[in-house]
Amino acid sequence: MPTVNSIYDKRVRLLDSFAHGMIYLCASVSILLLAGIVGYVGYHGISSISWSFLTTVPSAIKGTFGIAGNIINTLYIIIITLGICVPFGIGSAIYLNEYAKPGKLVRLIEFTTETLSGIPSIIFGLFGYVFFGQTLRFGYSILTGALTLSIMVLPLITRNTQEALKAVPSSYRSGALGMGATKWYMIRTILLPSAMPGIITGIILSIGRIVGESAALLFTAGSGYLLPKFGEYGEGLLKKVIQPGGTLTIQLYLSMEKGEYENAFGIAFVLLMIVFGINLLTKYLSHKFDVSR
Amino acid sequence: MREKRFSIIGSYQSKNKVEKVAKIIFIICALFAVVAVFSISIYMIISGTPAVYKVGLKEILFGTVWQPTAEEPRFGILYVILTSIIGTTLAILIGMPIGVLTAVFLAETAQKRLASIVKPAVELLAGIPSVVYGLLGILVLNPIIYKLEIAIFQDDPKHHFTGGSNLLSAVLVLAIMILPTVINISEASLKAVPKHYKQASLALGATHMQTIFKILLPAAKSGIVTAIVLGVGRAIGEAMAISLVAGNGANIPFLFNSVRFLTTAVVTEMSYAADIHKDVLFTIGLVLFAFIIMINLILSKVMKGGYRDADSE
Repeated sequence: MPTVNSIYDKRVRLLDSFAHGMIYLCASVSILLLAGIVGYVGYHGISSISWSFLTTVPSAIKGTFGIAGNIINTLYIIIITLGICVPFGIGSAIYLNEYAKPGKLVRLIEFTTETLSGIPSIIFGLFGYVFFGQTLRFGYSILTGALTLSIMVLPLITRNTQEALKAVPSSYRSGALGMGATKWYMIRTILLPSAMPGIITGIILSIGRIVGESAALLFTAGSGYLLPKFGEYGEGLLKKVIQPGGTLTIQLYLSMEKGEYENAFGIAFVLLMIVFGINLLTKYLSHKFDVSR
Repeated sequence: MREKRFSIIGSYQSKNKVEKVAKIIFIICALFAVVAVFSISIYMIISGTPAVYKVGLKEILFGTVWQPTAEEPRFGILYVILTSIIGTTLAILIGMPIGVLTAVFLAETAQKRLASIVKPAVELLAGIPSVVYGLLGILVLNPIIYKLEIAIFQDDPKHHFTGGSNLLSAVLVLAIMILPTVINISEASLKAVPKHYKQASLALGATHMQTIFKILLPAAKSGIVTAIVLGVGRAIGEAMAISLVAGNGANIPFLFNSVRFLTTAVVTEMSYAADIHKDVLFTIGLVLFAFIIMINLILSKVMKGGYRDADSE
């Protein structure tokens, strides 16, 4: 009896340790890759970072390089994109979660939302270039880029809001309705505030997606790198919306194409820091959300 | 009494109006996604088909010569399509085992503290912009692959040296890029396997590894398939990371050939293309779009299957 057991154990242990080894090997490959990527970008990027790198625009006369214009463009695109897609995304999630009855329409809406999140950014880029750029005649401009991105980011907002609404206990709803609140009043004063952390998480994730986007912006927002002119009454700031403007990622791509790797690493470092910050922020929020529940 | 009743009815009516308007606004918001997908499809078809009439469907899809700016331009994208298919397949074959086993590591074998460090790190990996992967691909991967290329093709006079910008480099970049997607979704689906499966298996005398490979992974199958399909979608649609790594020659997709993907063809030539050339680029976009829709349909089938499994439990 013990002999049988021991032979059986031996054979299995060999296979087991092989499987175990494979698991550890693959995990360490993944971890090393990550550490390598962050380390390499950090090591090469941090030397390019300086005050003038962050606060000036490229100057051919002085031969200097800076990304202030690209930072401003990125902010413009983030603000306009969110301004368009956040109301639509939240509204859509409210409809799907609170109003709609299961049926063909809901399935269609959910399928198209799913499809939108699966379409690669280059397709959005082509669509934005033809539709917003040519058909609507916005040309290469920050507005074209932001409109394109707002379609792209929409599913992210919708899905996160939907998850957050689903997490609100149904007793909140019946309680509010039972006290005589109308549905819209209930949504406005009970549901949305309770779902707020989830909605904000969605918005922050969208900011991350916008900051990292490049293929959808190359043919829509173009590649300007200058700071907006203030103008007499600040109208220059508004005008910037219909002028071309490249974000950080676009500038990184262009620098890479030209072989200016030092600048490229500087931008990559800045982008990595932003992604890092966004990750910390979402972690913090979801943690807080869990505790408050 | 009377006044009060009036006021209730009055406010009921005005509230009713607000209610109706709110509902209509929400429906409009929800239909936005439907409108967007339909108009994207329509615009992709409208701008992708003119070239088919001008050049001919057969010439575009099955032609192998890509000389858009020559005097007698040729627009064959067969190799470009094949590159996308083969490149994506290879990237999945490399990335999937690594990703799934890393997910097993995170969900099953890793110590809690180690997992709590690695998991956020993987999420960070998912957020890194694709151009950054491209930058590292050019500066780190290409020189390594070039050395490999020299070592292999030293004595082959017929080989065109690519300086490391070839299919192999692009595949490796793609494999790394799909890792976070595969890891996150596989891990979530492994964690969603009911605890009693594992307990029952261990109680029957199976070892931990047997439990993982014979019970947990099969039980998490639909989640892992979802992860793979999403990975395929990400890999086939990636443009910026590989546009400078793949070399951009429209060649047969062999590992050490400079190749052009559907996405990179569009990215690199859109800025200077004109007339028919531009139309053909939109046709390439349409082909890519068709692939993506196909993947989405598969995905929604898989997801439905997954739900059915969950229901029957």
